[in-house]
Parts: sequence; C-alpha cells; structure tokens
Amino acid sequence: MGIRFVLMVNKQGQTRLAQYYEYLTLEERRALEGEIVRKCLARSDYQCSFVEHRKYKIVYRRYASLFFLVGVDNEENELAILEFIHLLVETMDRHFGNVCELDIMFHLEKVHFMLEEMVVNGCIVETNKANILAPIQLMDKSS
Amino acid sequence: MAGSSIMENLFQRSLEDLIKAMRLQLIGESTFISKATEEIRREIKSTDQQTKSTALHKLSYLSSVHGVDMSWASFHVVEVMSSSKFAHKRIGYHAAAQSFNDDTPVLLLITNQLRKDLSSTNEFEVSLALDLLSRIATLDLARDLTTEVFKLLATARVFVRKKAIAVVLRVFDKYPDAVRVCFKRLVENLESSDPQVVTAVIGVFCELAAKDPRSYLPLAPEFYRILIDSKNNWVLIKVLKVFAKLAPLEHRLGKRIVEPVCDHMRRSGAKSLVFECVRTVLTGLSDYDSAVQLAVEKVRELVVDQDPNLRYLGLQALSVAAPKHLWAVLENKEAVVKSLSDDDLNIKIESLRLLMAMVSESHVADISKVLLNYALKSDPGFCNEILDSILKTCCNNVYEIVVDFDWYVSLLGEMAMIPNCQNGEEIENQLVDIGMRVKDARMELVRVGRDLLIDPALLGNVHLHRILCAAAWVAGEYVEFASNPFELVDALLQPRTSLLPPSIRAVYINSVLKILIFCLDCYLLQNDGSGSLYSGNLDGRQSELFSVKNDTEATELATCGGSNYEQDVGFNPRNTAEPSEDLSVENGIDRAAMHGKTFTSNLLEKKNSMQESIVSLLNRIELIFGPLIANQDVEVLERAQNILSLVQLIKEEIIDNSGQSVDIMEKKDTRVSAIINSMRDAFTTELGPVSISAQGRVAVPDGLVLKDNLDDLQEICGDTELPSSSFGTGGPHLTTNSDASSSNLLNNEESGPLNECTSLIEHRKRHGLYYLPTEKSEIVPDEYPRANDPKSNSNVNDEAAELVKLTEQSLLLKKRTNQTKPRPVVVKLDDGDIAPISVKRPEPRDDSLSGAIKDVLLGNETGPSVSRSYPSDKSSRKQTEKKKLSTNGRSEMKENEVDAEKPDPESPNSSSKNHGHSKHRRHRVKEKSVEGEEHDQRGKKKSGHHHGRRKTHQRAKSPLNVVSQTPVIPDFLL
Repeated sequence: MGIRFVLMVNKQGQTRLAQYYEYLTLEERRALEGEIVRKCLARSDYQCSFVEHRKYKIVYRRYASLFFLVGVDNEENELAILEFIHLLVETMDRHFGNVCELDIMFHLEKVHFMLEEMVVNGCIVETNKANILAPIQLMDKSS
Repeated sequence: MAGSSIMENLFQRSLEDLIKAMRLQLIGESTFISKATEEIRREIKSTDQQTKSTALHKLSYLSSVHGVDMSWASFHVVEVMSSSKFAHKRIGYHAAAQSFNDDTPVLLLITNQLRKDLSSTNEFEVSLALDLLSRIATLDLARDLTTEVFKLLATARVFVRKKAIAVVLRVFDKYPDAVRVCFKRLVENLESSDPQVVTAVIGVFCELAAKDPRSYLPLAPEFYRILIDSKNNWVLIKVLKVFAKLAPLEHRLGKRIVEPVCDHMRRSGAKSLVFECVRTVLTGLSDYDSAVQLAVEKVRELVVDQDPNLRYLGLQALSVAAPKHLWAVLENKEAVVKSLSDDDLNIKIESLRLLMAMVSESHVADISKVLLNYALKSDPGFCNEILDSILKTCCNNVYEIVVDFDWYVSLLGEMAMIPNCQNGEEIENQLVDIGMRVKDARMELVRVGRDLLIDPALLGNVHLHRILCAAAWVAGEYVEFASNPFELVDALLQPRTSLLPPSIRAVYINSVLKILIFCLDCYLLQNDGSGSLYSGNLDGRQSELFSVKNDTEATELATCGGSNYEQDVGFNPRNTAEPSEDLSVENGIDRAAMHGKTFTSNLLEKKNSMQESIVSLLNRIELIFGPLIANQDVEVLERAQNILSLVQLIKEEIIDNSGQSVDIMEKKDTRVSAIINSMRDAFTTELGPVSISAQGRVAVPDGLVLKDNLDDLQEICGDTELPSSSFGTGGPHLTTNSDASSSNLLNNEESGPLNECTSLIEHRKRHGLYYLPTEKSEIVPDEYPRANDPKSNSNVNDEAAELVKLTEQSLLLKKRTNQTKPRPVVVKLDDGDIAPISVKRPEPRDDSLSGAIKDVLLGNETGPSVSRSYPSDKSSRKQTEKKKLSTNGRSEMKENEVDAEKPDPESPNSSSKNHGHSKHRRHRVKEKSVEGEEHDQRGKKKSGHHHGRRKTHQRAKSPLNVVSQTPVIPDFLL
C-alpha cells in the first residue's frame, strides 16, 4: 500500500480533509494528525518537503493557506507524490475554478470523490484529469 | 407519519447549513459540535430516507474533519447503504468506508448488499462497492466476494475494471486462496492495451513484489515490455520499483534491463523518473559500473541543486550507494560536508550519516573532534544526533574503528560534559563495556570517571545520571588505578548525590564500599611490619603502576587487582627506589598534602597520618550513610546498612589500637585484615563482558514458574506505595534526616542551577569535612571548555573546510596505518557479542499468499518446467494442495469456473475431470501449451507475452536446458 493517508490542513492547523487508506481509531488519527501538523507547519520554505514520522514518510506541499500532506510508506517515490499532490490540486482547480479552502470545505464529498478516482487501496490508479472528473460531472449533470 | 417526515425534512439543516453555522458560531466549537451531534442523533432515527441520509452525511463530515465518534451509527450506515437512491447510497458507502473496521459487528450484514452492488449494471454503484471493499474487506468479505471481483477483472468497463484490479490487492492480503481464482486474470491485465488498466495493475504488482519478489520473476517479460513501451511516468516509476526488487534475484535480468533504465535516466526530463532510475540502479543494479557511474553523475546534480527536496533525495541516494560504492560519497564529500550546516534538520542528518560512513580508523579522532564542536553549537536535537552517530560508529563491531582507547574514553567524558547531551544511556553502556573489555583503557576510564564524579554541578542534570552511574561503577571496580582513592570517596559521598535516583545511589554506595576495602587493604599492608619497603605505599600506587607498566610480567599482576598487591610490590623494588618521581606530581595533580603523603622515612609519622585519613574516611562514611538507613528504597537502605556495620566493626579495632604498643596493634590488625582480606577477595574477581545469549544457556530450575500471573500481588501491595524511581522522593527524605543547616543548604541548591556555584562555596566553608578539596573543583571549568561559548560563523566555514580535508585523507590514509602505539586487546566473545541485527530482511510475510502465487504462476505459466523434480517447490506444492483440500468445495467450484472460462476447445470435458489436483491441472496446461505452440508455429504471434512463452516451451523441450535451469524461466528476456 503506497499511500497511507491524505490530509489537507490549513495554516491554523485545522483539518479540512482526512482520508485514510488503513484503519486507525479516532484517537490514533487525532494524535497522528496533531503530531504531523505540528512538525510540518513549523518548517520553512527553505527546508525540504519530506518528513519522516513514525513508520511513515510524509510528503507535503503548501498551496496558499492550505497544506497538502500525504503519508506514504518508505518505498514510495517522494517526487512522484509531490506530483500527485499537484495533480490533485490541478484537478480541483479545473472543477471548481480557482479552487480555495472554502470550496474544499463546502464540497468535501466531491474532493473525496476525486480522491477515490485517483487512489484505490493506496495505489494511484488514475492520473488523467478528464478521467478523474468524468463521473463527478456526470453526477452534477444528473442532479 | 408522512406529515411529520415532511416537516422533519423541511426543517432539517443540510450539511452546507451546518458548515455555515459552524463558521458563524459563537458558543465555541466543541459545544457547537456536541449540539450538532445531538441533533444528528435525533434525525438519524427518522424513517424518512432523505432525512436519515442527510443526518449521516453531516455525521461523517463531523467525524472526518472534527474527529467525532460515529461508531454508534453503524447500523444506520448499513440502512443508508441499502437505499435505492444513488445519492443516498453514496453517503452510506462513504460513511462505511470511513468508520467500519474489522470489529464492527454489522459487517456481517453488508455481504449481500455488496454482492448486489458489485453485480449492478450501474457502474457507479459497482465503483462504490469496490471502493468500500478496498478499505474494509475482512477475510469473510474477501472470501465471499471473490467471485464478483473476479468477474469484474475482465469486464469491458474500464472504469470499474481498474478499481477491481486495485481491490484484488486487499482481497489477496485477506484471503490468499483468492490467488488461485484471480491471479491469471490479473496477469492478463498486464497485457492490456488500455493505459488506465496498466496503471492500476502495475501498482498492484509493485505492492505484491515488495513483499515477496521471488514469486514474480516469471512475469519479468511482461514488466520488461512495459518498461520499454510505456510513455507514462507513473507506470514507469512503478515498474522500476518492481525491477529494483527482481534484479538482485536474477543476474540475467539485470543485464537486460540495465540499458533501458539508463536510457530513461539520460532522456527523461521528469526528475521523479530520473530519481527512480537512480534508486533502481543503486539498489538493484549496483554491479553494473557504467550504470552506477551514470547514476552517481545524476546524484551529483541533485546534491548541489537549489531545491532542498532534491538535495535531500540526493544525499539519501548517496547513503544507499555508500555500502557498496563509497567512492560515490567521497566524490561528493564537499557537498556532503556543506550540507552539515544546512537550514534543514533532515538534510543535516542525512549528511551526518554519510560523513560517518566515510570515517575510517585513521582519522576518526579528528572527525569526531570537529563534529563535537559542531555539536556544541547546534540545537539540542541535532547535537544529540551527532553524538548518537559518533557513539554508534565507534562502538560498531566491538569498537572496530577505535585504536586509541584512551582517546575514546576521554571523548566519552567530553560528550558527557556537553550540556545538551541526552545520550546518557549509550555512554553509560560503552563506559562499562570498555572497562570490561579493554584492560589498558582502565586507567583512563578511572580518570574520566573521577572528573565526572567530582563535579557537583553534573548531579543536577537528569540526563547525566546514567553516565554518573557508570563512572561510579568504574571508580569502584578499578579503584586500583585511581590516583587518589580518598578523593573518589569524597566525590561519591557528596551531599548532592541525594539528587540521584535510588538505583544509581545504590551503585554509588557499592562503589564506596569497594574503595573503602581497597584503602583499608593498603593500610593494613603498610602496617604489616615489612617496614620501610612500603613507605609512601598508598600514594605511591600511581608511580608503582606506571613503573609496572613497562614490565610485562608485572603488568599482568597489577591488572589482576589488589590481591596481587603484595607480590607485585615485592617484585618491583623500583617502586621504593623512585617514589619522589611520582607521576601524579608530574601531572600536576598534587593531592599529596591532603592525604598525608610525606616522603619522610619516619615510619611512625607516616603511619599516623595514614591512620588519620583512614579514620576520617570511616567517620565521613558513617556520617553520610547514617541517615540512609531510613531510606525508602530497599536497595539503598540495605547497602548503606551493610557498609555501616562494616565501618563500625573496623573503626573499633583501628581506633582502639592508637596509642597502644605495636604488639597489640598487630594482633588486632590481624583480625581486621582477615575480614578485609576476604572482602577484598570477593571484589577482585575480574568481571568480563557477558554474551547476550548467556541467559539462554542457563537451565530453568525445576519448580520455577516464570510466567505466573502476579495480579494478586497488586491487591496485596495495593495500599503500600512503591518507591518511585525518580530522585524526587529520595531527596526530601534525606534532608529531613540530616541536620538542619545542611537541609537548608540543600534546599538552596535545589532552588536553581544559577545559585549552584555560590551555594557550593558556602557549603564548603561550613562543612569542609565532606567536601572535595576546593582547588580541584575550581580547575574543572578550565579543563573543559564550557559548551556554550559561542564561536563565530567564520569558524563554521573553517571547520567545514577542515572536514573536507579530513575526509579527503580517508582514501589516502586508509591503507597507511600510522599507529603510534599498538591497539590494545579488546576482549571479544565467540558468540552473541554483536546484538542480533534488528533490521531483518523482510521475510515473505504471507507464506500462504506467496505459496499460492507460486503455485498459480508456475502451474499456469510454466507448466513444463515445474514438472521437473524440485524438492522445495514440491513441498510447497504439497502444502498448498493440502490447503486446498481443507478448504471447502467453494474454492474448487471457483477453480472450475476458471477453467470454464478458459478457451479450451481441445478438451471440453477436461474440466469435469479436474478435481482441483494440481497434477491434473499441470497436465492440462501442458496440453494447452503444446496447442499454443502449434498456434505460434502457424505464424499467429499475437503478443510479446505469447512470444516469450513459446520460447520457454521450446527450451523446456530440450532436456539439457531443463536440467540447468531454475524453475523461474529467467531466459524469457534473452
């Protein structure tokens, strides 16, 4: 399982999205998120985007006020995960148009849907923006 | 009823309302959330599907973003999942994926729902079910739904096929028998022309191969084709990962892939792909020099890049290369050393790791020195990283790299003096370990130990307690090397020892006992009437030892401890001849006056002064240890009690005889000396390192129950408070027992580290009795440069340059051995000396999984080659066969299904003959392969895979090749 979790956290440290690909209890999640967010948000732009934490390698990237944090296992290619984050942001941007934190807050299920299209069981299965967005657009049209 | 649900519906807050309200709330987030949760609890019970699903939607939002518990709602989740409206179903599935786990009781209820949705014609419903399955599948779910997943693996709808492929990974993990059903189709998907399918399937194989690479060697041709053909970087990265695992297992495979990998490395503009190529080459293809050369070239670009990400990864790649290709690190050493002062801690740590990889015995001292200076200036975290890596590097393989142990021991002492040092435990272990293993280092050990023990300020640092423990032990065990035993006792008795935790105090007390015995022993020997031969004996120990050092015969005697003392001195007349050239004097450590070191030949005077110091020592011990009898810690209490009894016994005898005639004196002394002799003998047995497997060799005595349940003990001891291990409890207890003035002072001391110095001076003034000679302690700050004296930034650069120079030497000096003195003997044990390597090779985690995969792969893909006799393979086959028999008819049924779907025109009735025995199956496959060959010979080459298969079959036909080959058909690629 390459990707273990995807987190979106704003500058204040509030979680905006949390998607786990392995089961953790609520307490474990809360503790993990707290530790990771504290670690990553304290880092400057001059530092690298990879942090090792417990058994995970965290790859993160900051877009304006939002941090995207992806926990992967040690085998994963860090640069590819950075690209994955960028792809996710571009996909959201294409769908929402100038995506911002509020879009993610109010359309959380759509973002989850995109993620579900991109990642199944921790494996990246889809990297084409049009393919990722197709089912969402279909659903939008039907409703 | 209907009316009420409409009302509910109308007045229910949607998720959007909830989020808006939360942004505007004034009552505090947690209060708001609990109110909202209450509301949801009400709404979710509604019979109206719309209301129910909206409530669940809100709940799963709160759960995922605000961590609200939603396990109580699992039944409602199942209800919403089974809704006929897709919008509701989606909410239900999402909530289930988020909150269900193996222990959720309602999991049993969803099997049918999942089966229905997996077989749905609406591909979005199928997709929902697959996604849920990938998250929560248990053994039961995986087993029961394998058939459905299997069907989806070949569906024409790519949208669900790719998801089904990814789900297979979880299904295999939970239910390995599914491999027999699904694996063939999974492999077929590797050949798919659809890029989406290939992306998904290569991801699955990448994960599978990470666990047990060997099983997937037969699929190498398919992977190779993807490596050559694919234009998708995501796919290429995954396939490279697979090859990085496979290549070390099969030499010929490496030869085939090295060129395409280098091609990608040269041509690709994507950093991620280039980096993956580099990593693949360094891990899997490290024997191919040209490829490694190219990879290192790429790494060099990375480590000097502007982007910290690339620098970090570059350094990481170097540390992957380091074990086999140290030259790669040395080539980049400037960048490595420069990274040591990077902004980023992660980069610094990588750089440190590499630096230590470059260290060799010729310049470990210099590099350690420079690094220690770095450590002094670094923040605590990195400081300890540095110390940790120095310690680990030096103790590696029983101090392989250390030649000069005197240097190393004093380095350990310096480390302990660094204020941020938190590696106390490791330093403690090494100090004790070196003491036991390296005889020649003991003198330096005792000196370092003394320096640590006499500094009262160190006792206040919790992190140093473990080191002090080791120092105290060393001082007691090897007291015969001490320049001044009395001073050691003073250090061990100082009042601030009350700050130590009881376990360490106990070590202190025991060391006092050892030193006391040693002093008394010397004293008695002096009184033994041998007269002038022993003049200056106690303080002359030092010189004696030094002179003995040259004398190989006597060295052994000396190091054997005090028991040989008498002989030793007897053999060594030089001792008496040159007492005034005492080395302690040369060293400027003039402690003579204090302890009556007078070089007069007047025996009596000498004796008196000796006796005085002995008596004052006994008095001091009594004074300090008296209050400890009431100590809460049993160990401290008992040891203090023991030593006190001994002191009383001896004191009587020694004090009594003052002023009496020599005759009586001697008579009394013999009684004391009998005691002392036996005590001394008890301590002189040399302690050596203990093999870690030693405990295993001790047979457990009969009747000893090791794993008894001690819960009852809790009830019995429940009300008695166990002494906590922190020093806090020991401290106040002692102060109440000691006299008022000292307790005041102790409190003063504890009030703050800043007051330490002044209060100490005051202490000394009042209680000159049990304090160390003042001038000694004052020297301490001079001896060790205080850690926090800041150095200018220019120094950093100087040091960096110095480090570069030092590492430069490593290659040149590696061969040259500039040993000024021979490396001392380091005691090594035959076995169990080196701790078992913690990083075990990941064993094939799932035996049943890999067994099943081998079975399927070898059975289907390479039927002929398997039919060869191959013992280990056979046994695994037997196992799987057994397993198959033990599982119920279901899997056999599925087996038949597989067969039914195979295009098998030749033997339409063979499936009825098939009873799930692999023998039959193999036979059938053989037939099939022959058929396939015929096809090929008719010139119908359809795919590379087919092509490859034909070749092996031809190969398998020729008997010579069959014998020489392994069962994994690596020659596919040739």
